[in-house]
Amino acid sequence: MLQVRTETPRTASLVLDLPQWPGHRPGQHVDVRLTADDGYQAQRSYSIASAPDEDQLVLTVERLDDGEVSPYLVDELHAGDQLELRGPVGGYFVWDEPLGGPLLWVAGGSGVVPFRAMWRYRRSVGSAVAVRLLCSARSLPLLIYADELRQLACDGVAVSVTLTREQPEGWQGHRGRIDRDLLAEISWRPDERALVYVCGPTAFVEAAANALVDLGHEASRIRTERFGGTGT
Amino acid sequence: MVFSRFRGRRVPAEDAGRVPPGQYVTNGFPVLSAGPTPRTPPESWNFSVQGAVRGAQSWTWADFRALPRETVTVDIHCVTKWSKLDTSWSGVSLDTLLDAAGPTGRFVLAFCDGGYTTNLPIDDLRGGRAWVVDEYAGEPLPAEHGGPARLLVPHLYFWKSAKWVRGLDVRDHNGPGFWESYGYHDYGDPWKEQRYQGD
Repeated sequence: MLQVRTETPRTASLVLDLPQWPGHRPGQHVDVRLTADDGYQAQRSYSIASAPDEDQLVLTVERLDDGEVSPYLVDELHAGDQLELRGPVGGYFVWDEPLGGPLLWVAGGSGVVPFRAMWRYRRSVGSAVAVRLLCSARSLPLLIYADELRQLACDGVAVSVTLTREQPEGWQGHRGRIDRDLLAEISWRPDERALVYVCGPTAFVEAAANALVDLGHEASRIRTERFGGTGT
Repeated sequence: MVFSRFRGRRVPAEDAGRVPPGQYVTNGFPVLSAGPTPRTPPESWNFSVQGAVRGAQSWTWADFRALPRETVTVDIHCVTKWSKLDTSWSGVSLDTLLDAAGPTGRFVLAFCDGGYTTNLPIDDLRGGRAWVVDEYAGEPLPAEHGGPARLLVPHLYFWKSAKWVRGLDVRDHNGPGFWESYGYHDYGDPWKEQRYQGD
C-alpha cells in the first residue's frame, strides 16, 4: 500500500501498487482478505475507485461501526502495509464505452465509489456519452469526493447532490432523501432510454430503483448494486 | 500474509462446524440483486417445468399452494461472505415438482421474473435438498427476498437460490446462467469455496 487518503470522517481511499494487476472494468470490485496472527481470515468486497488505465488501484472504504474488516482498513492501515486482494470480480455492474448511454448514475453514500471509476474512465477515453449523476449524502462533510464532483461539470457530467440530514447555510443543492419527484426532475425522460446504475445501501437502492420503474424506466436497463454490511 | 493488528471476529465455537470457510455469520438478511425488484401479483404468477421432460407441467398460484408443503430450517451461505443460520422456509419440494414432469435431462436452467437465470445439476434439486418456497419465517416471502416464490437450494451458494423464480428449463447439457456468465462458479459449493470460475 502506497498511501491512505482520508476522504471523509468515515471513509478512506487505499492507494495500492499492484505490479501484477490484470486490469479491470469500471464498476468491478475486489475481495480483500485480512489474516490475523493465528491464521484466522476475514474477507469482504470493495468497489474499485480508479480507472483501468491508472497506475495505482484505489479502493475507497467506508468504516462500518459494526464492521469486522472495514475499521481495520480505514483506521489501522499505513503506507507500506501489504494487503491480499482477489479480483477483479463482477461483470454486470460495469460501464464501458461500447455500452453507450445516455447514463444516469444514482449513488447513496459510499455507493458513489464505482462511479468514480466510471467517470475517470470516461474522461480518459474521451467519451462523449452524456452522464447525469445524482449523489445522496447525509451532510456535506460526509459527501465523498466532494472536490472531484465539483470539477466533473467541466467534463460534461451533470452532477446533482442531495443532503439528507444537514445542509450548510446557503445550500443550493437538493435536500432530503431521493424520491420519485427528485428522480423525475434530474433523470432522463424514459423515452430517452438511459442506461441507469444505482448503487448504495439496500433500502436506498430499493427506493430509487422502484421509483425509476414507476416513472417508466425499463427495468432491464437499470443495474443495481446493493450493499450495507450485514443488511436488515 | 499476516496482518498482526487484525483481530477479527471468530465464529462462536458452537457454530464452527456450520460456517463454511471465508464466511461470517449475520443476524440480518442482506439483499443482493442485479436490478430492480420485480413485482408479480400471485394471480399472474405460474411455475413451469419444461424442456427435456416427458410431460411439461405448469402450476398456477392456486395449483402451487394446493401441493404438499414442507417447512424446513436451514443455514444459507451467500457468496458475498455472509451466512445466516437457522432460517425457516415453507414451500414445495422440488422432488414433487420434478416428479410431475419426468425430467430426462441432467441439468436445469432456472428462469425468473426480471430475466435472472441460474444453472444447476438436476441431482442437486432432488433427494429433499431443494424447494420452491413462498414463505419465510412463517410470513409470505417479501418481494425483495424473492417473493412471491424463490428457489431454496441451501447446500449451494445462495445465488443459486434464484429469487422470483418462474420455472425450470430441463436440459441435456450444462450452460451458464446470469452470474455464472459473469465469472461466478458453475456449481458453487460453499464448503469448497467455489466462489469464482477456477475455484
